[in-house]
Formats: sequence, structure tokens, C-alpha cells
Amino acid sequence: MLAVGILGGGLAVVTLRNVIHSAVAMMICFGSLAGMYALLGAPIIAAAQVLIYLGAISVLILFAIMLTQAGDASLPAPFHRQAPIAVVIALVVVGLVAWAVVTTNWKAAPTAAVVAIEAIGTLLFTDYALPFEIIGFLLLAAIIGAIFLARRPEEDERAN
Amino acid sequence: MASLQGYLIVSTALFGIGAFGFMARRNAILMLISIELMLNSVNLSLVAFNAFIPGARNAGAIFALIVMAVAAAEATVGLALVIAIIRTRQTPEVDEYDDLKE
Repeated sequence: MLAVGILGGGLAVVTLRNVIHSAVAMMICFGSLAGMYALLGAPIIAAAQVLIYLGAISVLILFAIMLTQAGDASLPAPFHRQAPIAVVIALVVVGLVAWAVVTTNWKAAPTAAVVAIEAIGTLLFTDYALPFEIIGFLLLAAIIGAIFLARRPEEDERAN
Repeated sequence: MASLQGYLIVSTALFGIGAFGFMARRNAILMLISIELMLNSVNLSLVAFNAFIPGARNAGAIFALIVMAVAAAEATVGLALVIAIIRTRQTPEVDEYDDLKE
């Protein structure tokens, strides 16, 4: 059921003509993924998925679409000329990875283990402290970069 | 279906959908959304490995969180770039950005 939501949402994202419809399909896909994370015994990841993807990135993308839509008078063709080649390449990649997935002996446990939230917090501040700090720095750099890129030149002249 | 391989197959299919969208769509924002789909599929496989492989010690969950943060940073800068390009070019279609060809 959730897999249907994920894959159907994903397919709708890449095939729908209207960009806003694609963004809504993307939110369905991300919501189903959050459900699947909860099913996999990782409620902290599900919560992060809802907060970051459904809450932040989806709204960001919807704002970007709103700022860039020139009006819904004409919807241009959604695909490049090389779309058939893209289908072939994607199918080859999926086929190879699926073949590897099916033929490998993963030595997997039969049921999903539950992730303890305390363990995640402890690991983040002990074993994974350096990646954690680097992420903080990266997010700061992304904020500054986004402000710099999205700034209009006229606003500088007005400020001076 | 609720085994490791089932989750990995779903993740692989989602990655393929995202890869196709990135290669085939003409809209720049749709290309960014496709990148997000691919990052999400990798996250799903990380969480699935973390849940089903015994000696994972929560590394998969932590890296899924890290990937989410990096994806957020990528989406921020990517959308700012796309908005800046659309503002100067007046179109979101990437095959209209052909200045270097002429």
C-alpha cells in the first residue's frame, strides 16, 4: 500500500504536465515514505521526513513554482527529445540494481529492528560528532549562498 | 514483501523514476524534484539496511538524517539558482539555456 503511494507518486511527479500537480504528487510520495520509515521501526526518521521534506522542502518548491510560473495559458511539452533514451538508461540502471538486490545473500534478519531514539542521540554527539558539526556548517553556507543568489541587484543600489 | 529485498526493490524503482525524471523533464524545478526523489530512495535503502542487517548499530539511521540535511541544503541553493536563472532567461525550460552553443 505504501509502496504503491511511493511509486505512484514518483511516477506522477515525472509524468504530469502541470508542475504544481507534480509538486503535490511529490508530497504524496514523501508522505508515503514517512509511513514506510515508521513501518521500518525508525520513528525518528519518519518524523524528520515529515518535518524536513513535507514541511520545508515541499513548501520551498511550491514557493519556487509560484515565483516562476508565467501563467497557466500554455503548458509546454514536458519532455526532451531524448526522453526514450532516458527511459532505456533508467530501466537498465533499475534492472542491474534489482538483479544485484535479488541475487545477493544479505544475511538479513527476518523482521525489522526498532531504532532507539536515545541511541541515535548518543551516537550523533559521540561517534558522529564530526559529521554533525560539518552539517551545521554546510547549512549555514547554504543559507548564505541562497540569500546571495536570490538577491536582486536593484536592491543593492537602493540600499546604497 | 515486508523483507529487506522488498524495500530495496521499492527503493531501486524510486531511484529509476527519479533518474528518468532528471534526464527527461524540461522544467528546471522538476529536475530538482527528481534529484530529491533519488535522494529519498537512497534514504529508504539506508533505513532498510539499518533495520534488517544485524550489525548496523544505527549507522543507517544516522546517515539517513545526514542525507536529509544535505538534501535540504541542496534544495535551498538549487532553487535559488533556478530562480535566478529563470529571472534572467524568462523561461524554466532547460533546453532554452543554449547561450554557449551559439
